[in-house]
Amino acid sequence: MHRRKFLSLLGGAGLASAMGATKVRAAGNHTFNGYPDAMGVLHDSTRCIGCRKCEQACAEVNNLPKPSAAYDDLSVLDTKRRTDAKTYTVVNKYNTAGLENPIFRKQQCNHCQEPACASACFVKAFTKNPDGSVTYNGDLCVGCRYCMVACPFGVPTFEYDDPLDPLVQKCTMCHPRIQEGKLPGCVEKCPKEALTFGKREDLLAIARDRIRKYPDRYENHIYGEKEAGGTNWLYLSPVPHTELGMPVVGKTSAPELTSGALGAVPMVVGIWPVLLAGAYGISKRKEKIAAEEKAEAVREAIEKTQASADGAMKTALDKAAKDKAAAVDREVKKAVAEAQKEFDEKLAAMQAPAEDDSDAGESPEEEA
Amino acid sequence: MSHNQKSFWTPGNVLTAFILAGGLVLTFLRFYKGIGAVTNLDDNNPWGVWIGFDLLCGVALAAGGYVTSASCYLFGLKHYHSAVRPAITTAFLGYFFVVVALMYDLGHPWRLPYPLVYSQGTTSLLFEVGLCVATYVTVLFVEWSPAALEWLGFRKIRNFVIKLTLPLTILGVVLSTMHQSSLGALFVIAPGKLHPLWYSSFLPVFFFISSMVAGASMVIFEGTLAHKGLHDKMDETHLKEADGVAFGMAKAASFILMGYFFIKLFDITMDNDWAYLATGYGAWFLVEMFGFVALPSFLYALGVREKNLKLVRIASVFGVLGIVINRFNVSMIAFNWQLPAAERYFPSWMEVGISIFVVTLIVTTYRFIATKMPVLYEHPEYKDAH
Repeated sequence: MHRRKFLSLLGGAGLASAMGATKVRAAGNHTFNGYPDAMGVLHDSTRCIGCRKCEQACAEVNNLPKPSAAYDDLSVLDTKRRTDAKTYTVVNKYNTAGLENPIFRKQQCNHCQEPACASACFVKAFTKNPDGSVTYNGDLCVGCRYCMVACPFGVPTFEYDDPLDPLVQKCTMCHPRIQEGKLPGCVEKCPKEALTFGKREDLLAIARDRIRKYPDRYENHIYGEKEAGGTNWLYLSPVPHTELGMPVVGKTSAPELTSGALGAVPMVVGIWPVLLAGAYGISKRKEKIAAEEKAEAVREAIEKTQASADGAMKTALDKAAKDKAAAVDREVKKAVAEAQKEFDEKLAAMQAPAEDDSDAGESPEEEA
Repeated sequence: MSHNQKSFWTPGNVLTAFILAGGLVLTFLRFYKGIGAVTNLDDNNPWGVWIGFDLLCGVALAAGGYVTSASCYLFGLKHYHSAVRPAITTAFLGYFFVVVALMYDLGHPWRLPYPLVYSQGTTSLLFEVGLCVATYVTVLFVEWSPAALEWLGFRKIRNFVIKLTLPLTILGVVLSTMHQSSLGALFVIAPGKLHPLWYSSFLPVFFFISSMVAGASMVIFEGTLAHKGLHDKMDETHLKEADGVAFGMAKAASFILMGYFFIKLFDITMDNDWAYLATGYGAWFLVEMFGFVALPSFLYALGVREKNLKLVRIASVFGVLGIVINRFNVSMIAFNWQLPAAERYFPSWMEVGISIFVVTLIVTTYRFIATKMPVLYEHPEYKDAH
């Protein structure tokens, strides 16, 4: 791969999120307040009677398999259920303290304004549509299930038992039906108007209105207005939503949570090579200086040795010269002494005959 | 491996063959009957031990490659040179088999190149992980290739690759920084699911810093194992430098662990999570922090001070276990902590079996490479690598 292209790809991970180049309006300094005409559904649990008609309608319009227990069998409400790959919506029953009747709460995808699943997906298999729905393209899905890790509501499900084409499944807010001008299946079938379909803005107004008119009947909190950056499904409840098994979810949207980490990418790509090349340069320079210092030390040592050797040589030479001079002196003296001796001997030899004569004259006398 | 007249069927090789055969059966089950048939994964727990151990631990424990090569080539610690090849080899094998293991976990494994070539989900931290790991596995392959090329006698290519050492090392550190931290950043998106003691917006920093400890600890730990099994393959330089490498890595790991301990402490302070320390999760958090961060830091320091190689090796075991515990905590134990016990995840024996299978594949391949190729010794015809 070409280096520049590679770097831009790496950088792209961070930059794209900051610029909102993709369907997910990711963070940086920008906030995305949802598509202006996005639709949504308001679930009012004070009106829900747990009849499971929405479950049935959902299965019908999405061609989902029938469950083992028939839809009119309400005993299933006694055990807590969750959505799965064959069930996009379930209704659960909650017996809360202080209320005579149980409360029912419908679960399905909440269609976040800034969906964690779409933000987390590394192949853009999820799309946030202008109609408010979040849809999924199974042809792109790698099956990593990071969307399921990321979703704060625990919505996406997976076909674990399909070895060949396991897909993520979840409610689509009946996106195809909305496009045709129809209501979502569950909304259409609800007999008690517990579900209201409309523009998200209008739904918020309706919800506020109900809370204002019946402050005794409702908890003053529209779940989904702020949760996870806002969702297109909204909920009203007579009790705190957490008592109906709704997770405590902060206001921060998924792209905002991860923008810091993504933003650090271009910085790492930019700064690290400079710092590391610097470290390499420093260590190389250190080596070079060390080598130079070593060479210098060696040179000095050689010089010193040379100098001391020279000194020694000079002393030795001086000494040798002195010795030589002394030797010459000695030889000369010796020679002189020898010459003197020779001379003396010769001189003595020359004087000797006279002495011999006198001696001879005396000797016979002595002999006589 | 039967080169010295000994029987091929040593107890070690019998065990290896047994695990490999079992692994093949499990592999068949996984791809024939689906992920659900061999795992305990479900809609609440989409990631299990294949992500928690094979991916998160695998990548962290393969950090020895960038730690050692950066020390030697970038920071000029030349006496680590004989440790670079074994570290690069284990790192390459580690990453390669991380990708292999990932194939088991993906619903559509053959679509793994999609994020790179077909549809780039650039807002995803997983995209960054994928891009970096794909690139880094290639970089590691090139960094490792001289060992194979010397073995095969391809002198020209080998000499060319050696010239690339410096840029490859820098690229390796850049890529490691990014994907090691991104693995932690994967969980930043799920504040509601990860226990507050482990959740932090600094998860990427924690993962990156602890990966250095993982790398250093694994160099010591693997060295210990290699000295047991492959001592006869090591040359004089390797044997002479081995203790120095262990002490050097131990010293570094001791300091980094101490730093890590304090930044974790700052994080608890910043988020004001003190109250959680009095809970069961708090007790487990303290075990991690004191038993597997502070203790190895202290043991490493003591081992270096006393020049006690045995102590350093014991510390490396705690260091390695500490990384495994931390990655398990973030991805499994402290993840989904608010779910009732009945909905929590525990791996099936088959999932664990696949993980053991993959580890055995790594060890077997390493043994093959270290026996055949100049990894623990210098090839006599190529002495210029210094």
